[in-house]
Amino acid sequence: MRARILVRVQTENFDVAAEAARLTQGCTNIGALVSFTGLCRDEGGALAALEIEHYPGMAEEEITRVAREASSRWPLERILAVHRYGLIRPGEGIVLVITASLHRGEAFAAASFLMDYLKTEAPFWKKRHLADKGAGDWVEAKPQDHAAAQKWRPDFPLGQF
Amino acid sequence: MKALYFAWVRERIGKAEEEIVPPENIKTVAELMAWLSGHGGNYAAAFAHIKTMRAALDRTHVKHDASILNAREIAFFPPMTGG
Repeated sequence: MRARILVRVQTENFDVAAEAARLTQGCTNIGALVSFTGLCRDEGGALAALEIEHYPGMAEEEITRVAREASSRWPLERILAVHRYGLIRPGEGIVLVITASLHRGEAFAAASFLMDYLKTEAPFWKKRHLADKGAGDWVEAKPQDHAAAQKWRPDFPLGQF
Repeated sequence: MKALYFAWVRERIGKAEEEIVPPENIKTVAELMAWLSGHGGNYAAAFAHIKTMRAALDRTHVKHDASILNAREIAFFPPMTGG
């Protein structure tokens, strides 16, 4: 059975506990729930905010595609992925992934897989806003993020694009 | 076709989207990037590092050798940094 998949792209912050409760409401055969929250860091006080740009439409579609792949790889009951865009302050959430399944192994693995792919395949870009200088540079993609995604699929096109 | 630009590609070109009419001999994403880079300094700067540029046709990631025929929308952007 395929998991029920919920994907949202939004400007508003999210409440992890409320999202988890809503996701599993009325479902009594879930034995494991794993949640990952990506937060905005202040980089030792240097960063005032992150500005996240996205490709409307494709962002939702890509996250859904990755969630469907997770659902085909592991027996999951529920998947939730929420990604924010716009101006995000240090301490606020950027991304939330929740996976729910009968047992913990698949929930842990699927959450990790979702995050690895979301970072390299979902069309979002972060721009740093500095505390002393205002709008700064675009965050550069890290080779280790690509390597993290590649470990799930050896033929992942590393540097091919 | 409609061209969309994101992140520093958008900033360098100075617009988020535009209608483009490439000549008929432009058949692939790579050829389209080469053609666009000849449209003045802003475009040359945006497409200066073609190897790292990512592209999507009708909201699907594609490689540079993909055919642009029948595509309604093409997007150019740097490697993604979400999550």
